[in-house]
Amino acid sequence: VKYPKAKYGGRSTVTLLPGGGIGPELTGYVKEIFLYAGVPVVFEEVKIDPSSDSNEDLENAITSIRRNGVGLKGNIETRSLSTSVMSRNVALRNELDLFVNVFHCYSFTGIQSRHQNVDIYVIRQNTEGEYAMAEHESVPGVVECLKIITREKAERLAHYAFNFARKNGRKKVTTVHKANIMKLSDGLFLEVSREVAKHYPEIEHNDMIIDNCCMQLVSKPSQFDVMLTTNLYGTIVSNVICGLIGGAGLLSGGNYGDHYAVFEPGTRNTGTAIAGKNVANPISMLNGAVDLLNHLELDHHARILRDAIMKTVNEDQIHTPDVGGSATSTDVVENVLKHLAQNVKPGLVF
Amino acid sequence: MASGVFNFLMKSCRPSNVRYASSRTVTLIPGDGIGPEISAAVQKIFASAQVPIEWESVDVTPVRGPDGKFGIPQSAIDSVNTHKIGLKGPLMTPIGKGHRSLNLALRKEFNLYANVRPCRSIEGYETLYKDVDVVTIRENTEGEYSGIEHEIVPGVVQSIKLITEPASQRVADYAFEYAKLNGRKKVTAVHKANIMRMSDGLFLRCCREAAKKHPEIKFEEKYLDTVCLTMVQEPSKYDVLVMPNLYGDILSDLCAGLIGGLGLTPSGNIGLGGAIFESVHGTAPDIAGKDLANPTALLLSAVMMLRHMDLGQHALKIEQACLATIRDGKVLTGDLGGKAKCSEFTNAIIKRIESS
Ligand SMILES: Nc1ncnc2c1ncn2[C@@H]1O[C@H](COP(=O)(O)OP(=O)(O)OP(=O)(O)O)[C@@H](O)[C@H]1O
Ligand SMILES: Nc1ncnc2c1ncn2[C@@H]1O[C@H](COP(=O)(O)OP(=O)(O)OP(=O)(O)O)[C@@H](O)[C@H]1O
Ligand SMILES: [Mg+2]
Ligand SMILES: [Mg+2]
Repeated sequence: VKYPKAKYGGRSTVTLLPGGGIGPELTGYVKEIFLYAGVPVVFEEVKIDPSSDSNEDLENAITSIRRNGVGLKGNIETRSLSTSVMSRNVALRNELDLFVNVFHCYSFTGIQSRHQNVDIYVIRQNTEGEYAMAEHESVPGVVECLKIITREKAERLAHYAFNFARKNGRKKVTTVHKANIMKLSDGLFLEVSREVAKHYPEIEHNDMIIDNCCMQLVSKPSQFDVMLTTNLYGTIVSNVICGLIGGAGLLSGGNYGDHYAVFEPGTRNTGTAIAGKNVANPISMLNGAVDLLNHLELDHHARILRDAIMKTVNEDQIHTPDVGGSATSTDVVENVLKHLAQNVKPGLVF
Repeated sequence: MASGVFNFLMKSCRPSNVRYASSRTVTLIPGDGIGPEISAAVQKIFASAQVPIEWESVDVTPVRGPDGKFGIPQSAIDSVNTHKIGLKGPLMTPIGKGHRSLNLALRKEFNLYANVRPCRSIEGYETLYKDVDVVTIRENTEGEYSGIEHEIVPGVVQSIKLITEPASQRVADYAFEYAKLNGRKKVTAVHKANIMRMSDGLFLRCCREAAKKHPEIKFEEKYLDTVCLTMVQEPSKYDVLVMPNLYGDILSDLCAGLIGGLGLTPSGNIGLGGAIFESVHGTAPDIAGKDLANPTALLLSAVMMLRHMDLGQHALKIEQACLATIRDGKVLTGDLGGKAKCSEFTNAIIKRIESS
């Protein structure tokens, strides 16, 4: 069931969570671009204090996304050292039941990297597994950390992955696991994906153990199409692929549930060390904004922003240092605006 | 790099309480699949280099014990317990149901708490990466491999990752001692304490404490995902890495991938009850028995073993012959893009040893 989205005066309201590190500057560029291109989106911004132990800010953020149905975020920091305070990013995904993370990893022709022609979708379990955050210290110096896999969630995820492959003309799904060691938990994840695969006979299905998978990725990434992973293996696989194609600053990912969607830079980095220096690559967040526009069915705006991004990266090659260039973040954004200028109809700007 | 000689592989330090018998017998576990062929290759090469050790070959095919469970035969356990040192080929582990991983059982039995895997670009075997020189040190006895799993209610299963202070402490200490012994500059602790705040948090705390005891070695902490990202971009950023079990398993394979795969990477398991050196690749059933396997990984593991036994001269001789054969590029096995048989590659190494 899709809840109707609130649209006042033809504009969509979207929750904006700037997060910490480079989040505020990158979401700032999105606001600037949307304003310039006359995108009919109003942002409802919620700041979350990273040092606070209180979850009030987070609850406001969740309420806002529940109301608006959709959000764009930077990585939220959880600076509290108290082990009872769980990661806010995880809490947000759990509360909104954003059970799947979809991450499209692909190469850019304009970026030098060791591998070209990478085109992989990582479909990742987003609300349980290793991120269940159930830990306890049984006796001093002995900590147990639970990894939880449920048949229900594994099934829902597997159906999502195969359906996704079907709808997007993909040929193969690879389940990533460690069932040789974790025979029950990863065993269940694997077993369920095999069962579900039977309902999609036209999609090829295979599976791979996570360590071998990483080795295969660095030597022959072209063998992968859609990857179906548990939570932790998902972050591993996504980061390895991002490393292959040029880093964390380029690609975006989406978190989906039955009712809500939240977009963010794909590898979910905070980027504390590069914050405030005008060097962070804004492309990953801008691609997140394109995903957002597509989700809102603002097709025209999605297309012109996407074109402007691709021209900037591939043709003009305006690159920040993380992808081997010397441009600043604002150089990149200005170049994107320049391309947008050719497509923005005067009537649309207010 | 002691005595000014370039050692491709470094020396693994051994716990001070472990003593080796003077007879210098080594337990050999040839393993399954390609195991017997590559073990035979190593034995032939060792004979030609006149390495002063005896092999005691044992079979570890699981037998039913008095408790009705399948496990490693007592004779194999006795052999390692006596000699305190072993060399092991790959063992088959069935996926899903069935008996527990034998590799795991060996690690538990001999308390092999640190798995050391040097990954170094091999000259003459070109990959996309040219500057890899990292050593992964993996906690080998607990973590996600604790083997504790339950089905709580139908359709809900949990696995327990167990992190304890003593195990974390000893592997962290090992990493710093290893770095010091081998003239390494930096140790990176790899963790996910932003999510697993207590368990990885405990591991990290132990690393920080070990770091304090070794101020001459640089120490840094990195998230697992960040290491995955940057390792494939710029491996030269890293030196020695220490981490919990699963992360070590994954990252060591990733690093092996950077230098050309498992056919080349050696490893050592250092423990309280002895040390077992092993090739990290699988049984390669597709090529088993066909004289096609590359024995390099097991041979380099045996070289690590010799260094561990203070037989550095022999280690160097064999290591150089092996690397020179690869660099030369004329006699290479299929996985390295050549056409040679395992036996031909082995003979090429022997020829170099005999003429040196
Ligand atoms: N948008 C971006 N532009 C440029 N570099 C980026 C971007 N996002 C991430 N990176 C780089 O990717 C690497 C990983 O980033 P990340 O922020 O996750 O580091 P970290 O280890 O999590 O530390 P912290 O969270 O404290 O910043 C860093 O080197 C960071 O500089
Ligand atoms: N020493 C080696 N020499 C040549 N090729 C090898 C070697 N080890 C592995 N390979 C190749 O790498 C591939 C993966 O092998 P590996 O045995 O590690 O995994 P596997 O087939 O899953 O076996 P296992 O189930 O025992 O882990 C094999 O197809 C094999 O051809
Ligand atoms: Mg991060
Ligand atoms: Mg492995």
